[in-house]
Amino acid sequence: MSSAATLQHADVHVSHDAHHEHHHHETFITKYVFSQDHKMIAKQFLVTGIIWAIIGGLFSVIFRLQLGYPEATFPWLEDLLGHWAAGGKLKPEFYYALVTMHGTILVFFVLTAGLSGTFANFLIPLQVGARDMASPMLNMLSYWFFFLSSIIMFCSLFIQTGPASGGWTIYPPLSALGDASTGSILGMDFWLVSMAMFIVSALLGGLNYITTILNMRTKGMSMTRLPLTIWALFFTAVLGVLSFPVLLSGAILLLFDRNLGTSFYLSDIVVAGKILPNEGGSAILFQHLFWFLGHPEVYIILLPAMGMSSEIISVNSRKPIFGYMAMVGSLFAIAILAFLVWAHHMFVTGLNPFLGSVFVLLTLLIAVPSAIKVFNWLTTLWRANIRFTPGMLFAIGFVSLFISGGLTGIFLGNSALDLHLHDTYFVVAHFHIVMGVASFFGMFAGVYHWFPKMFGRYLNNTMAYIHFWVTIVGAYLIFWPMHYQGLSGMPRRYYDFSSWISFNQFSGLNEFISFVAMIVFAAQLLFVFNFFYSMFKGRKVTDSNPWGANTLEWTTPINPGHGNWPGEIPEVHRGAYDYAKDGKEFIPQDVPVGDDESKH
Amino acid sequence: MSTVTMEQRKRIHPHKFTLWVGIGSLLMMFAGLTSAYIVKRNQANWQTFDLPQFFWYSTVAIILSSVTIYLAEKAFKQRMMQKYRSLVVTTLVLGILFIVFQLLGFQQLWAKQVTLTANVSYSFMYVIVGLHAAHVLGGLIALIVLFAKAFSVKTRSYNSVPVELVSTYWHFVDVLWIYLLIFLILIR
Ligand code: HEM
Ligand SMILES: [Cu+2]
Repeated sequence: MSSAATLQHADVHVSHDAHHEHHHHETFITKYVFSQDHKMIAKQFLVTGIIWAIIGGLFSVIFRLQLGYPEATFPWLEDLLGHWAAGGKLKPEFYYALVTMHGTILVFFVLTAGLSGTFANFLIPLQVGARDMASPMLNMLSYWFFFLSSIIMFCSLFIQTGPASGGWTIYPPLSALGDASTGSILGMDFWLVSMAMFIVSALLGGLNYITTILNMRTKGMSMTRLPLTIWALFFTAVLGVLSFPVLLSGAILLLFDRNLGTSFYLSDIVVAGKILPNEGGSAILFQHLFWFLGHPEVYIILLPAMGMSSEIISVNSRKPIFGYMAMVGSLFAIAILAFLVWAHHMFVTGLNPFLGSVFVLLTLLIAVPSAIKVFNWLTTLWRANIRFTPGMLFAIGFVSLFISGGLTGIFLGNSALDLHLHDTYFVVAHFHIVMGVASFFGMFAGVYHWFPKMFGRYLNNTMAYIHFWVTIVGAYLIFWPMHYQGLSGMPRRYYDFSSWISFNQFSGLNEFISFVAMIVFAAQLLFVFNFFYSMFKGRKVTDSNPWGANTLEWTTPINPGHGNWPGEIPEVHRGAYDYAKDGKEFIPQDVPVGDDESKH
Repeated sequence: MSTVTMEQRKRIHPHKFTLWVGIGSLLMMFAGLTSAYIVKRNQANWQTFDLPQFFWYSTVAIILSSVTIYLAEKAFKQRMMQKYRSLVVTTLVLGILFIVFQLLGFQQLWAKQVTLTANVSYSFMYVIVGLHAAHVLGGLIALIVLFAKAFSVKTRSYNSVPVELVSTYWHFVDVLWIYLLIFLILIR
């Protein structure tokens, strides 16, 4: 192409482009540590996310031990946790710390940074046809802020008074007063500072994702030709960019309350017989600010999983995704509604009942776009020639979990029912199935599907199938019974249920759940082993398009360098879902439209 | 070979676009704070107070600085580098003045017992105004970078994107301040 076509002021990209084939000074540091290549940054996010997932998962196993075997002692726990488990029994304070850290780690560090960070970074430039992100520099900073945030959160685990322990939602006054719990002394400050760094990271990432999708698409890649992964990652980024700053403002006010004596959230509080001077604050205010992020956040976690599952289901059904525009439209509707339903987490806060019913209506409306998506996934699968690759299994598992967990959301969305169900194990079951496990399935689907593109090798299939079956069966065995526990009133976040007669009936069930949790955790370690083993020793990819997929990432070399395409970026001539068309199994996006080609 | 295709040429420069999205994000933060303010105001124990005179001086300073940076951008594009340099310096000085006036305003308030912790309404004012000032400080750092570039003999850049970016951001903090000022006057 002539130099006249080169954008004069886009110096960054042009120079980048001219040099990418012969990087002169690529050292270990610039290639693996301070890399500006979106693919390497994606892998950094993924590996950091995996490490966090192991830590967060291990925490849940430890506190499940307490719930499953409240009478038992485990001497090895004392070796592991020191005075937090003196005599081999977890202390109540540390139980809360573990629950809080489990939630924080899984929600933010794994399913937000680990999921969006990995796949938005990896897939956006590759699938829209760009050499890199709009600003590789900000992108690198995004990872390093996440890293910094991770280090701070990790250090907080070693504070003598323990890490934050007021729940992942850090409601004041518990989180605002050091007198309220040991975790609220220093641990909470670490939590807040770490999350502030995290938010900066999420914002820098989000800005880049949005700009890259809107500005850096290759020729012919109109918005309606974008793969659904990109649409989902786009809405995810928009949600993040608009909601994380609100959490930041809430966190700033909390920092002031904690350290500078203000009373944004505090009023009329008596601690150990002593009346605190704070007047005029409102703890509910924090809940509004928190859930204004918190609810969009659950969709920040879910949408990437939806997008990747859509893509993987279509590829492995060898059929176009059913209702592409409806899929985009429902993502859009979900993204809008996500901002309008936050108070469904606050039905029992004394919310004005009229306002409450408005939120009930808006909440239940989410069922409509959700049902559209489910319908379209099922119709795509319907009578398809399905290839049950591990990625496909996890994508189908995602659909199953989303249905199961979405249905219980409709129970909770009715304020009348929620008065009973709020803060019980029913909520725990709901959000673990629909968000926790479902998004993990989306993430696993993505890893199994794009691993060959990331590392030029395949994961081991036998281990993958064991991983899948143990995880899906185990997840249902763990979380399904919790619905019954919740319905009979068993509250979440309790350290020990054995002293309540009404909950004693569940002691066997609790033990069973804890037992399954350990097995499922072990299966995840198998995945981790498979991941790192296959990275170096897996079967090599020999076909640049092993799944026979249409999207652009498969037009790059098997191990693409910085810049992604050695030659020109391919031009796009069609949408991403031309499967089983005109007798052809698939037609990649860069294939020009033939004269005699039918309209789908 | 080019990365930027014909289609991309028509679009806004990616860095500018990023800045606009970032501005949207920052607006959400202030929207969060100001709506929290409104919610709190409707509850008990809310005391009103008058904003200090110095806030008006700072308003004048920041509006002027918006004008000077606008002129600086224009001068840069016309390659009038001498004029550009002096306008960047003027903007920088006005920006510093803004911060100084804000601090003096805080001092005035403090002297009138309007302290950080005495009432929630005061706390809100300090946090909101202070957070805005922090964003102005960020802008000042960007201006200092521009300033260093403009006076460095080694780099001769005629790329106007950095200048436009800083100028857009600077107008943003200016408009944000005017919004916050009106907000704090009307809603108390
Ligand atoms: C039809 C769709 C859904 C409806 C109607 C719904 C409704 C609700 C309601 C009313 C609650 C509050 C329960 C309580 O605390 O008493 C809740 C909790 C929750 N939901 Fe959903 N939900 C839906 C889908 C989802 C999805 C798709 C996700 C995530 C991907 C999700 C994640 C969560 C989380 C994380 C919580 C609990 C947060 C906590 O208290 O720790 N929900 N849901
Ligand atoms: Cu919600």
